[in-house]
Amino acid sequence: MKEIKQLSIFAENRPGKVERLAGIMAENKVNILAINITSMGDFGVLKFIVDKPEAAYRGLKRDGFAVTVNKVLGIEMDDRPGGLFRVSKVLRENGVNVDNAYVLVPDHRKKALLVIETRELAKAKKVKGL
Amino acid sequence: MFWEKNIETMAPKALKALQLKRLKKTLESVSGNVPFYRDRLKAQGIKLADIRSVDDIRRVPFTLIEDLRKNYPFGLLAVDKSKIARLHTSSGTTGKPKAIFFTRGDVDNSANLIARCLVMTGVTNRDVFQNMMSYGLFTGGLVMHYGAEKVGALVIPAAIGNTDRQIMLMRDFGTTSVHITPSYALYLADSMERSGVDPKKGLSLKRAYMGAEPHSEETRKKIEAAFGIDVYNSYGLSEMNGPGVAFECPYKDGMHVWEDNFILEIIDPKTNESLPDGAEGELVLTTLNREGMPILRYRTRDLTRVLPGKCRCGRTHRRIARITGRVDDMFIIRGVNVFPQQIERVLMGIKGVGRNYVIELDSYDKLTVRVELDKGTAVNNVESLSVLKKEIEDKLRNEILVRPKVELSEPGTLPVSEGKAKRVIDNRTI
Repeated sequence: MKEIKQLSIFAENRPGKVERLAGIMAENKVNILAINITSMGDFGVLKFIVDKPEAAYRGLKRDGFAVTVNKVLGIEMDDRPGGLFRVSKVLRENGVNVDNAYVLVPDHRKKALLVIETRELAKAKKVKGL
Repeated sequence: MFWEKNIETMAPKALKALQLKRLKKTLESVSGNVPFYRDRLKAQGIKLADIRSVDDIRRVPFTLIEDLRKNYPFGLLAVDKSKIARLHTSSGTTGKPKAIFFTRGDVDNSANLIARCLVMTGVTNRDVFQNMMSYGLFTGGLVMHYGAEKVGALVIPAAIGNTDRQIMLMRDFGTTSVHITPSYALYLADSMERSGVDPKKGLSLKRAYMGAEPHSEETRKKIEAAFGIDVYNSYGLSEMNGPGVAFECPYKDGMHVWEDNFILEIIDPKTNESLPDGAEGELVLTTLNREGMPILRYRTRDLTRVLPGKCRCGRTHRRIARITGRVDDMFIIRGVNVFPQQIERVLMGIKGVGRNYVIELDSYDKLTVRVELDKGTAVNNVESLSVLKKEIEDKLRNEILVRPKVELSEPGTLPVSEGKAKRVIDNRTI
Protein backbone atom coordinates (compact mmCIF):
# COMPACT_ATOMS: atom_id res chain seq x y z
CA MET A 1 0.00 0.00 0.00
CA LYS A 2 1.35 3.40 -0.83
CA GLU A 3 0.30 7.01 -0.85
CA ILE A 4 -0.10 8.41 -4.36
CA LYS A 5 -0.57 11.93 -5.62
CA GLN A 6 -3.81 12.51 -7.55
CA LEU A 7 -4.50 15.59 -9.66
CA SER A 8 -8.08 16.94 -9.49
CA ILE A 9 -8.96 19.37 -12.26
CA PHE A 10 -12.09 21.52 -12.65
CA ALA A 11 -13.51 21.76 -16.16
CA GLU A 12 -16.72 22.78 -17.86
CA ASN A 13 -18.72 19.84 -19.11
CA ARG A 14 -18.22 20.43 -22.83
CA PRO A 15 -16.55 18.49 -25.67
CA GLY A 16 -12.80 18.86 -25.94
CA LYS A 17 -11.79 18.94 -22.31
CA VAL A 18 -10.21 15.49 -22.10
CA GLU A 19 -8.38 16.25 -25.34
CA ARG A 20 -7.09 19.55 -23.98
CA LEU A 21 -5.89 18.05 -20.70
CA ALA A 22 -4.33 15.05 -22.41
CA GLY A 23 -2.60 17.47 -24.73
CA ILE A 24 -1.08 19.37 -21.81
CA MET A 25 0.12 16.10 -20.33
CA ALA A 26 1.70 15.10 -23.62
CA GLU A 27 3.41 18.50 -24.02
CA ASN A 28 4.93 18.09 -20.60
CA LYS A 29 6.04 14.54 -21.35
CA VAL A 30 3.78 13.17 -18.64
CA ASN A 31 2.39 9.66 -18.84
CA ILE A 32 -1.19 9.14 -17.66
CA LEU A 33 -1.70 6.00 -15.58
CA ALA A 34 -5.36 6.38 -14.66
CA ILE A 35 -8.26 8.77 -15.25
CA ASN A 36 -11.56 9.23 -13.47
CA ILE A 37 -14.30 11.71 -14.35
CA THR A 38 -17.34 12.84 -12.39
CA SER A 39 -19.76 15.29 -13.99
CA MET A 40 -22.42 17.36 -12.32
CA GLY A 41 -24.51 19.17 -14.89
CA ASP A 42 -22.49 21.88 -16.59
CA PHE A 43 -19.18 21.17 -14.89
CA GLY A 44 -17.09 18.21 -13.76
CA VAL A 45 -13.95 17.17 -11.99
CA LEU A 46 -11.35 15.08 -13.81
CA LYS A 47 -8.92 13.08 -11.72
CA PHE A 48 -5.62 11.83 -13.02
CA ILE A 49 -2.86 9.58 -11.74
CA VAL A 50 0.33 10.33 -13.67
CA ASP A 51 3.97 9.30 -13.57
CA LYS A 52 5.21 12.89 -13.01
CA PRO A 53 2.63 14.69 -10.87
CA GLU A 54 4.75 17.81 -10.24
CA ALA A 55 5.43 18.39 -13.93
CA ALA A 56 1.77 17.82 -14.74
CA TYR A 57 0.65 20.22 -12.00
CA ARG A 58 2.97 22.96 -13.25
CA GLY A 59 1.84 22.45 -16.83
CA LEU A 60 -1.85 22.59 -15.91
CA LYS A 61 -1.40 25.67 -13.74
CA ARG A 62 0.49 27.43 -16.53
CA ASP A 63 -2.42 26.73 -18.81
CA GLY A 64 -4.80 28.39 -16.37
CA PHE A 65 -6.63 25.39 -14.95
CA ALA A 66 -7.94 25.19 -11.40
CA VAL A 67 -6.12 22.08 -10.18
CA THR A 68 -5.44 20.55 -6.79
CA VAL A 69 -3.12 17.75 -5.77
CA ASN A 70 -4.55 15.43 -3.17
CA LYS A 71 -3.31 12.26 -1.59
CA VAL A 72 -4.94 8.95 -2.34
CA LEU A 73 -4.06 5.40 -1.45
CA GLY A 74 -2.82 2.77 -3.86
CA ILE A 75 -3.54 -0.75 -2.69
CA GLU A 76 -2.14 -3.76 -4.52
CA MET A 77 -4.56 -6.53 -5.24
CA ASP A 78 -4.46 -9.75 -7.21
CA ASP A 79 -5.59 -9.33 -10.76
CA ARG A 80 -7.84 -12.35 -10.35
CA PRO A 81 -11.43 -13.01 -9.24
CA GLY A 82 -11.74 -12.18 -5.54
CA GLY A 83 -8.98 -9.59 -5.59
CA LEU A 84 -11.21 -6.61 -4.94
CA PHE A 85 -13.38 -8.57 -2.53
CA ARG A 86 -10.45 -9.32 -0.26
CA VAL A 87 -9.19 -5.74 -0.18
CA SER A 88 -12.58 -4.18 0.42
CA LYS A 89 -13.27 -6.66 3.24
CA VAL A 90 -10.15 -5.53 5.07
CA LEU A 91 -11.06 -1.88 4.57
CA ARG A 92 -14.53 -2.41 5.96
CA GLU A 93 -13.22 -4.38 8.93
CA ASN A 94 -11.06 -1.39 9.77
CA GLY A 95 -13.85 1.15 9.39
CA VAL A 96 -12.43 2.85 6.32
CA ASN A 97 -15.05 4.33 4.01
CA VAL A 98 -14.31 4.64 0.31
CA ASP A 99 -15.46 7.85 -1.43
CA ASN A 100 -14.08 7.04 -4.83
CA ALA A 101 -12.20 4.14 -6.38
CA TYR A 102 -10.67 3.26 -9.70
CA VAL A 103 -8.00 0.93 -10.99
CA LEU A 104 -4.54 1.13 -12.43
CA VAL A 105 -3.33 -1.97 -14.17
CA PRO A 106 0.45 -2.09 -14.68
CA ASP A 107 2.06 -3.84 -17.64
CA HIS A 108 2.88 -7.08 -15.94
CA ARG A 109 -0.77 -7.71 -15.05
CA LYS A 110 0.22 -9.77 -12.03
CA LYS A 111 -1.24 -7.25 -9.66
CA ALA A 112 -3.71 -4.43 -10.13
CA LEU A 113 -3.54 -1.20 -8.19
CA LEU A 114 -6.77 -0.14 -6.55
CA VAL A 115 -6.76 3.60 -6.07
CA ILE A 116 -9.10 4.78 -3.34
CA GLU A 117 -10.08 8.19 -2.05
CA THR A 118 -11.01 8.28 1.55
CA ARG A 119 -11.51 10.95 4.16
CA GLU A 120 -9.86 8.59 6.64
CA LEU A 121 -6.48 8.52 4.93
CA ALA A 122 -4.42 8.47 8.14
CA LYS A 123 -6.45 5.57 9.51
CA ALA A 124 -6.34 3.69 6.22
CA LYS A 125 -2.56 3.94 5.97
CA LYS A 126 -2.22 2.04 9.24
CA VAL A 127 -4.42 -0.88 8.14
CA LYS A 128 -2.58 -4.18 8.16
CA GLY A 129 -3.01 -6.79 5.51
CA LEU A 130 -3.19 -4.54 2.49
CA MET B 1 -65.34 55.83 -17.26
CA PHE B 2 -63.84 58.46 -14.98
CA TRP B 3 -63.03 58.04 -11.29
CA GLU B 4 -62.44 61.78 -10.80
CA LYS B 5 -63.70 63.41 -13.98
CA ASN B 6 -63.15 67.01 -12.89
CA ILE B 7 -59.52 66.45 -12.11
CA GLU B 8 -58.83 64.11 -15.01
CA THR B 9 -60.25 66.56 -17.56
CA MET B 10 -59.14 69.74 -15.84
CA ALA B 11 -58.27 72.57 -18.22
CA PRO B 12 -54.48 72.86 -18.65
CA LYS B 13 -54.37 76.35 -17.09
CA ALA B 14 -56.25 75.24 -14.00
CA LEU B 15 -54.09 72.13 -13.78
CA LYS B 16 -50.94 74.27 -13.86
CA ALA B 17 -52.39 76.52 -11.13
CA LEU B 18 -53.12 73.45 -9.00
CA GLN B 19 -49.59 72.18 -9.59
CA LEU B 20 -48.12 75.50 -8.49
CA LYS B 21 -50.22 75.57 -5.35
CA ARG B 22 -49.14 72.05 -4.43
CA LEU B 23 -45.52 72.71 -5.35
CA LYS B 24 -45.38 75.64 -2.97
CA LYS B 25 -46.90 73.54 -0.23
CA THR B 26 -44.39 70.75 -0.90
CA LEU B 27 -41.44 73.13 -0.85
CA GLU B 28 -42.68 74.62 2.39
CA SER B 29 -42.91 71.17 3.93
CA VAL B 30 -39.45 69.99 2.90
CA SER B 31 -37.66 73.24 3.66
CA GLY B 32 -39.23 73.25 7.08
CA ASN B 33 -38.84 69.59 7.96
CA VAL B 34 -36.18 67.89 5.85
CA PRO B 35 -32.62 69.13 6.54
CA PHE B 36 -31.36 67.54 3.32
CA TYR B 37 -33.71 69.65 1.20
CA ARG B 38 -33.57 72.72 3.41
CA ASP B 39 -29.80 72.88 3.10
CA ARG B 40 -29.92 72.32 -0.63
CA LEU B 41 -32.52 75.01 -1.31
CA LYS B 42 -30.54 77.38 0.87
CA ALA B 43 -27.32 76.57 -0.95
CA GLN B 44 -29.03 77.39 -4.26
CA GLY B 45 -30.42 80.59 -2.80
CA ILE B 46 -33.98 79.49 -3.48
CA LYS B 47 -36.65 81.22 -1.42
CA LEU B 48 -40.29 80.16 -1.48
CA ALA B 49 -41.32 83.57 -2.72
CA ASP B 50 -39.17 83.00 -5.82
CA ILE B 51 -41.35 80.12 -6.98
CA ARG B 52 -43.90 81.82 -9.20
CA SER B 53 -44.44 79.19 -11.84
CA VAL B 54 -44.19 75.43 -12.06
CA ASP B 55 -41.17 75.79 -14.35
CA ASP B 56 -39.28 77.41 -11.48
CA ILE B 57 -38.81 73.86 -10.20
CA ARG B 58 -35.89 73.75 -12.61
CA ARG B 59 -33.91 75.84 -10.16
CA VAL B 60 -34.02 73.01 -7.66
CA PRO B 61 -31.18 70.45 -7.83
CA PHE B 62 -32.04 66.88 -8.81
CA THR B 63 -32.56 64.16 -6.28
CA LEU B 64 -30.65 61.01 -7.17
CA ILE B 65 -30.94 57.40 -6.07
CA GLU B 66 -27.71 57.91 -4.08
CA ASP B 67 -29.45 60.69 -2.10
CA LEU B 68 -32.14 58.26 -1.03
CA ARG B 69 -29.51 55.70 -0.07
CA LYS B 70 -27.42 58.25 1.84
CA ASN B 71 -30.46 59.42 3.77
CA TYR B 72 -31.55 55.92 4.68
CA PRO B 73 -33.43 55.28 6.86
CA PHE B 74 -35.24 58.39 8.08
CA GLY B 75 -33.33 61.26 6.51
CA LEU B 76 -36.02 62.32 4.05
CA LEU B 77 -39.03 62.11 6.36
CA ALA B 78 -41.07 65.30 6.29
CA VAL B 79 -43.36 64.42 9.18
CA ASP B 80 -42.96 62.92 12.61
CA LYS B 81 -42.40 59.15 12.57
CA SER B 82 -45.60 58.67 14.55
CA LYS B 83 -47.57 59.85 11.53
CA ILE B 84 -46.11 57.17 9.26
CA ALA B 85 -48.40 54.27 8.56
CA ARG B 86 -46.41 52.21 6.11
CA LEU B 87 -42.92 51.58 4.80
CA HIS B 88 -41.91 50.17 1.44
CA THR B 89 -38.30 49.49 0.51
CA SER B 90 -36.34 48.30 -2.47
CA SER B 91 -34.27 45.14 -2.43
CA GLY B 92 -30.66 45.07 -1.27
CA THR B 93 -28.79 44.24 1.90
CA THR B 94 -25.20 44.87 0.88
CA GLY B 95 -25.84 48.30 -0.56
CA LYS B 96 -28.30 50.52 1.31
CA PRO B 97 -31.88 50.14 0.09
CA LYS B 98 -34.33 52.98 -0.53
CA ALA B 99 -37.02 53.57 2.08
CA ILE B 100 -40.32 55.19 1.12
CA PHE B 101 -42.69 56.29 3.87
CA PHE B 102 -46.46 56.60 3.61
CA THR B 103 -48.77 58.46 5.99
CA ARG B 104 -52.40 57.33 6.13
CA GLY B 105 -53.08 60.14 3.68
CA ASP B 106 -50.37 58.86 1.32
CA VAL B 107 -51.75 55.31 1.51
CA ASP B 108 -55.16 56.59 0.59
CA ASN B 109 -53.90 58.92 -2.10
CA SER B 110 -51.83 56.28 -3.84
CA ALA B 111 -54.86 54.00 -3.77
CA ASN B 112 -56.87 56.83 -5.28
CA LEU B 113 -54.48 57.20 -8.21
CA ILE B 114 -54.75 53.48 -8.86
CA ALA B 115 -58.52 53.75 -8.75
CA ARG B 116 -58.33 56.36 -11.51
CA CYS B 117 -56.24 53.98 -13.61
CA LEU B 118 -58.50 50.99 -13.10
CA VAL B 119 -61.78 52.80 -13.64
CA MET B 120 -60.32 54.46 -16.72
CA THR B 121 -59.89 51.02 -18.22
CA GLY B 122 -63.25 49.62 -17.28
CA VAL B 123 -62.93 48.10 -13.81
CA THR B 124 -66.08 48.27 -11.64
CA ASN B 125 -67.20 46.69 -8.39
CA ARG B 126 -68.37 43.73 -10.45
CA ASP B 127 -64.83 42.83 -11.41
CA VAL B 128 -62.58 40.19 -9.85
CA PHE B 129 -59.04 41.50 -9.63
CA GLN B 130 -56.14 39.07 -9.24
CA ASN B 131 -52.97 40.84 -8.15
CA MET B 132 -50.17 38.62 -9.42
CA MET B 133 -47.27 40.76 -8.24
CA SER B 134 -44.95 40.37 -5.29
CA TYR B 135 -46.51 41.45 -2.02
CA GLY B 136 -44.58 42.51 1.05
CA LEU B 137 -42.02 45.28 0.72
CA PHE B 138 -42.64 45.76 -2.99
CA THR B 139 -45.11 48.46 -3.90
CA GLY B 140 -46.56 46.47 -6.79
CA GLY B 141 -48.43 44.31 -4.30
CA LEU B 142 -50.11 46.41 -1.65
CA VAL B 143 -50.41 49.69 -3.55
CA MET B 144 -52.28 48.09 -6.45
CA HIS B 145 -54.26 46.02 -3.99
CA TYR B 146 -55.55 49.01 -2.03
CA GLY B 147 -56.46 50.78 -5.26
CA ALA B 148 -58.43 47.84 -6.59
CA GLU B 149 -60.22 47.51 -3.26
CA LYS B 150 -61.11 51.20 -3.40
CA VAL B 151 -62.86 50.67 -6.70
CA GLY B 152 -64.82 47.90 -5.04
CA ALA B 153 -63.50 44.99 -7.06
CA LEU B 154 -63.12 41.59 -5.44
CA VAL B 155 -59.37 41.53 -4.88
CA ILE B 156 -57.41 38.26 -4.82
CA PRO B 157 -53.94 38.81 -3.33
CA ALA B 158 -52.47 35.97 -5.37
CA ALA B 159 -48.88 37.35 -5.41
CA ILE B 160 -46.39 35.61 -7.67
CA GLY B 161 -45.58 32.05 -8.60
CA ASN B 162 -47.38 28.77 -8.24
CA THR B 163 -48.85 28.78 -11.72
CA ASP B 164 -51.25 25.92 -11.12
CA ARG B 165 -52.80 27.81 -8.26
CA GLN B 166 -52.99 31.05 -10.23
CA ILE B 167 -54.95 29.27 -12.96
CA MET B 168 -57.18 27.59 -10.40
CA LEU B 169 -57.97 30.94 -8.81
CA MET B 170 -58.77 32.47 -12.18
CA ARG B 171 -61.06 29.60 -13.06
CA ASP B 172 -62.82 29.17 -9.72
CA PHE B 173 -63.39 32.83 -8.94
CA GLY B 174 -63.91 34.17 -12.45
CA THR B 175 -61.00 36.60 -12.46
CA THR B 176 -61.63 39.41 -14.94
CA SER B 177 -58.59 41.62 -14.39
CA VAL B 178 -54.98 40.85 -13.51
CA HIS B 179 -51.87 42.82 -12.55
CA ILE B 180 -48.90 40.90 -13.92
CA THR B 181 -45.42 41.21 -15.46
CA PRO B 182 -45.17 40.68 -19.23
CA SER B 183 -42.78 37.74 -18.80
CA TYR B 184 -45.13 35.97 -16.49
CA ALA B 185 -48.11 36.62 -18.72
CA LEU B 186 -46.29 34.96 -21.62
CA TYR B 187 -45.22 32.11 -19.42
CA LEU B 188 -48.79 31.63 -18.18
CA ALA B 189 -50.17 31.47 -21.71
CA ASP B 190 -47.49 28.92 -22.62
CA SER B 191 -48.18 26.84 -19.52
CA MET B 192 -51.87 26.72 -20.20
CA GLU B 193 -51.45 25.82 -23.85
CA ARG B 194 -49.02 23.05 -22.95
CA SER B 195 -51.50 21.54 -20.52
CA GLY B 196 -54.19 21.57 -23.18
CA VAL B 197 -56.18 24.56 -21.91
CA ASP B 198 -56.98 27.39 -24.35
CA PRO B 199 -56.25 30.64 -22.46
CA LYS B 200 -58.90 32.33 -24.59
CA LYS B 201 -61.67 29.94 -23.58
CA GLY B 202 -61.11 28.53 -20.11
CA LEU B 203 -61.10 31.88 -18.30
CA SER B 204 -63.23 35.00 -17.75
CA LEU B 205 -60.32 37.41 -18.23
CA LYS B 206 -61.06 40.81 -19.74
CA ARG B 207 -57.94 42.82 -19.10
CA ALA B 208 -54.37 42.70 -17.85
CA TYR B 209 -52.28 45.51 -16.42
CA MET B 210 -48.65 45.00 -17.24
CA GLY B 211 -46.00 46.76 -15.30
CA ALA B 212 -42.60 46.49 -13.67
CA GLU B 213 -40.80 45.43 -16.86
CA PRO B 214 -40.35 47.45 -20.02
CA HIS B 215 -41.91 45.63 -22.93
CA SER B 216 -42.58 46.19 -26.62
CA GLU B 217 -45.80 46.81 -28.52
CA GLU B 218 -45.33 43.36 -30.08
CA THR B 219 -45.32 41.73 -26.67
CA ARG B 220 -48.53 43.53 -25.71
CA LYS B 221 -50.25 42.38 -28.90
CA LYS B 222 -48.97 38.85 -28.39
CA ILE B 223 -50.45 38.66 -24.91
CA GLU B 224 -53.71 40.25 -26.06
CA ALA B 225 -53.99 37.62 -28.77
CA ALA B 226 -53.04 34.74 -26.50
CA PHE B 227 -55.72 35.52 -23.92
CA GLY B 228 -58.24 37.42 -26.02
CA ILE B 229 -58.10 40.42 -23.68
CA ASP B 230 -57.06 44.07 -23.49
CA VAL B 231 -53.61 44.71 -22.11
CA TYR B 232 -52.75 48.09 -20.59
CA ASN B 233 -49.29 49.43 -19.88
CA SER B 234 -48.68 50.63 -16.32
CA TYR B 235 -45.73 52.74 -15.18
CA GLY B 236 -44.58 53.42 -11.68
CA LEU B 237 -41.63 53.30 -9.32
CA SER B 238 -41.48 52.77 -5.58
CA GLU B 239 -40.04 56.25 -5.04
CA MET B 240 -43.27 57.65 -6.52
CA ASN B 241 -45.63 55.38 -4.52
CA GLY B 242 -45.27 52.44 -6.88
CA PRO B 243 -47.75 51.72 -9.68
CA GLY B 244 -50.18 54.48 -10.55
CA VAL B 245 -47.77 57.15 -11.78
CA ALA B 246 -48.73 56.76 -15.43
CA PHE B 247 -51.28 54.51 -17.07
CA GLU B 248 -52.81 53.82 -20.47
CA CYS B 249 -56.40 54.79 -21.19
CA PRO B 250 -58.65 52.77 -23.51
CA TYR B 251 -56.93 54.33 -26.54
CA LYS B 252 -53.62 52.67 -25.57
CA ASP B 253 -51.64 55.52 -27.03
CA GLY B 254 -49.19 56.50 -24.33
CA MET B 255 -49.61 56.55 -20.55
CA HIS B 256 -51.30 59.48 -18.79
CA VAL B 257 -49.13 60.87 -15.99
CA TRP B 258 -51.31 62.20 -13.17
CA GLU B 259 -50.04 65.74 -13.29
CA ASP B 260 -51.99 66.93 -10.28
CA ASN B 261 -49.77 64.54 -8.29
CA PHE B 262 -46.46 64.73 -10.17
CA ILE B 263 -44.49 67.38 -11.99
CA LEU B 264 -43.30 65.68 -15.13
CA GLU B 265 -40.03 66.73 -16.77
CA ILE B 266 -37.90 65.25 -19.53
CA ILE B 267 -34.21 66.10 -19.45
CA ASP B 268 -31.14 65.34 -21.51
CA PRO B 269 -29.33 62.89 -19.23
CA LYS B 270 -25.92 64.19 -20.30
CA THR B 271 -26.45 67.94 -20.16
CA ASN B 272 -29.33 68.02 -17.63
CA GLU B 273 -31.16 70.50 -19.88
CA SER B 274 -34.93 70.41 -19.97
CA LEU B 275 -36.34 69.05 -23.20
CA PRO B 276 -39.60 69.99 -24.94
CA ASP B 277 -42.57 67.68 -25.42
CA GLY B 278 -41.80 65.07 -28.06
CA ALA B 279 -38.06 64.84 -27.38
CA GLU B 280 -36.75 61.66 -25.77
CA GLY B 281 -34.82 61.95 -22.56
CA GLU B 282 -34.74 60.97 -18.90
CA LEU B 283 -37.96 61.20 -16.93
CA VAL B 284 -37.73 63.41 -13.85
CA LEU B 285 -40.60 63.47 -11.34
CA THR B 286 -41.51 65.71 -8.40
CA THR B 287 -44.19 64.64 -5.93
CA LEU B 288 -46.94 67.20 -5.36
CA ASN B 289 -49.28 65.37 -3.06
CA ARG B 290 -47.13 63.40 -0.62
CA GLU B 291 -47.06 64.04 3.10
CA GLY B 292 -44.60 61.50 4.49
CA MET B 293 -41.73 61.82 2.10
CA PRO B 294 -41.99 64.35 -0.69
CA ILE B 295 -39.25 64.07 -3.33
CA LEU B 296 -38.08 66.90 -5.57
CA ARG B 297 -36.89 66.38 -9.15
CA TYR B 298 -36.14 62.69 -8.86
CA ARG B 299 -34.09 61.29 -11.72
CA THR B 300 -35.82 58.04 -12.59
CA ARG B 301 -33.11 56.91 -15.07
CA ASP B 302 -35.96 55.79 -17.33
CA LEU B 303 -35.93 57.02 -20.94
CA THR B 304 -39.12 58.20 -22.58
CA ARG B 305 -40.76 61.21 -24.25
CA VAL B 306 -43.95 63.21 -23.76
CA LEU B 307 -46.51 62.59 -26.51
CA PRO B 308 -47.67 65.95 -27.73
CA GLY B 309 -51.32 66.69 -28.48
CA LYS B 310 -54.67 65.90 -26.94
CA CYS B 311 -55.76 62.38 -26.13
CA ARG B 312 -59.07 61.26 -27.57
CA CYS B 313 -60.22 60.13 -24.11
CA GLY B 314 -60.57 63.76 -23.05
CA ARG B 315 -58.05 63.63 -20.22
CA THR B 316 -55.78 66.65 -20.10
CA HIS B 317 -52.95 65.01 -18.17
CA ARG B 318 -50.13 64.50 -20.63
CA ARG B 319 -48.97 61.11 -21.81
CA ILE B 320 -45.54 59.56 -21.92
CA ALA B 321 -44.49 56.89 -24.41
CA ARG B 322 -43.59 53.39 -23.24
CA ILE B 323 -40.19 53.33 -21.55
CA THR B 324 -37.50 52.62 -24.12
CA GLY B 325 -34.53 51.97 -21.86
CA ARG B 326 -32.45 52.99 -18.88
CA VAL B 327 -29.69 55.52 -18.43
CA ASP B 328 -27.90 53.14 -16.07
CA ASP B 329 -27.42 49.38 -16.19
CA MET B 330 -30.25 48.34 -13.94
CA PHE B 331 -32.39 45.53 -15.29
CA ILE B 332 -35.70 44.05 -14.20
CA ILE B 333 -36.32 40.34 -13.82
CA ARG B 334 -39.47 38.74 -12.40
CA GLY B 335 -40.65 42.26 -11.63
CA VAL B 336 -37.65 43.04 -9.43
CA ASN B 337 -35.06 45.78 -10.05
CA VAL B 338 -31.51 44.47 -10.04
CA PHE B 339 -28.26 46.39 -10.40
CA PRO B 340 -25.29 44.38 -11.70
CA GLN B 341 -23.25 46.02 -8.93
CA GLN B 342 -25.33 44.14 -6.36
CA ILE B 343 -24.37 40.85 -7.96
CA GLU B 344 -20.76 41.94 -8.21
CA ARG B 345 -20.61 42.86 -4.52
CA VAL B 346 -21.94 39.46 -3.49
CA LEU B 347 -19.53 37.56 -5.75
CA MET B 348 -16.50 39.47 -4.55
CA GLY B 349 -17.33 38.45 -1.01
CA ILE B 350 -17.34 34.71 -1.72
CA LYS B 351 -14.14 32.70 -1.37
CA GLY B 352 -13.39 30.57 -4.38
CA VAL B 353 -14.99 32.90 -6.90
CA GLY B 354 -12.90 34.73 -9.47
CA ARG B 355 -13.16 38.31 -10.70
CA ASN B 356 -14.96 37.82 -13.94
CA TYR B 357 -18.67 37.15 -14.29
CA VAL B 358 -21.44 37.50 -16.83
CA ILE B 359 -25.16 37.99 -16.23
CA GLU B 360 -27.48 36.46 -18.83
CA LEU B 361 -31.17 37.20 -19.14
CA ASP B 362 -33.37 34.93 -21.23
CA SER B 363 -37.10 34.51 -21.85
CA TYR B 364 -38.97 33.81 -19.69
CA ASP B 365 -37.69 35.20 -16.42
CA LYS B 366 -34.42 33.26 -16.70
CA LEU B 367 -31.47 34.76 -14.88
CA THR B 368 -28.08 33.03 -15.17
CA VAL B 369 -24.93 34.24 -13.47
CA ARG B 370 -21.80 32.74 -14.98
CA VAL B 371 -18.78 33.14 -12.72
CA GLU B 372 -15.20 31.97 -12.99
CA LEU B 373 -13.78 29.63 -10.41
CA ASP B 374 -10.79 31.22 -8.72
CA LYS B 375 -7.53 29.67 -9.96
CA GLY B 376 -6.49 28.82 -6.44
CA THR B 377 -9.74 27.17 -5.36
CA ALA B 378 -9.39 23.66 -3.98
CA VAL B 379 -10.82 21.18 -6.49
CA ASN B 380 -11.62 18.09 -4.50
CA ASN B 381 -14.76 16.63 -5.89
CA VAL B 382 -18.03 17.65 -7.51
CA GLU B 383 -19.75 17.76 -4.13
CA SER B 384 -17.58 20.53 -2.74
CA LEU B 385 -17.99 22.52 -5.95
CA SER B 386 -21.76 21.99 -5.88
CA VAL B 387 -21.75 23.33 -2.35
CA LEU B 388 -19.89 26.41 -3.58
CA LYS B 389 -22.37 26.79 -6.41
CA LYS B 390 -25.29 26.62 -3.98
CA GLU B 391 -23.60 29.10 -1.66
CA ILE B 392 -23.34 31.55 -4.54
CA GLU B 393 -26.99 31.01 -5.50
CA ASP B 394 -28.20 31.46 -1.90
CA LYS B 395 -26.18 34.62 -1.30
CA LEU B 396 -27.27 36.15 -4.59
CA ARG B 397 -30.89 35.33 -3.86
CA ASN B 398 -30.65 36.96 -0.46
CA GLU B 399 -29.31 40.14 -2.00
CA ILE B 400 -31.34 40.58 -5.17
CA LEU B 401 -34.44 38.65 -4.06
CA VAL B 402 -34.66 36.46 -7.12
CA ARG B 403 -32.88 33.10 -7.35
CA PRO B 404 -30.45 32.90 -10.26
CA LYS B 405 -29.04 29.83 -11.95
CA VAL B 406 -25.30 29.85 -11.28
CA GLU B 407 -22.81 28.29 -13.66
CA LEU B 408 -19.15 27.85 -12.82
CA SER B 409 -16.67 28.67 -15.56
CA GLU B 410 -13.02 27.73 -15.86
CA PRO B 411 -10.58 30.44 -14.75
CA GLY B 412 -9.68 32.92 -17.51
CA THR B 413 -12.51 31.96 -19.86
CA LEU B 414 -14.95 34.85 -19.34
CA PRO B 415 -14.50 38.32 -20.86
CA VAL B 416 -12.36 40.49 -18.60
CA SER B 417 -14.11 43.42 -17.03
CA GLU B 418 -12.60 46.71 -18.04
CA GLY B 419 -14.17 49.58 -16.20
CA LYS B 420 -17.68 49.95 -17.54
CA ALA B 421 -17.63 46.75 -19.60
CA LYS B 422 -21.03 45.32 -20.39
CA ARG B 423 -21.72 42.59 -17.86
CA VAL B 424 -25.33 41.96 -18.75
CA ILE B 425 -26.38 40.04 -21.85
CA ASP B 426 -30.11 40.46 -22.37
CA ASN B 427 -31.41 37.82 -24.78
CA ARG B 428 -35.04 38.37 -23.94
CA THR B 429 -37.48 39.04 -26.71
CA ILE B 430 -40.01 40.88 -24.58
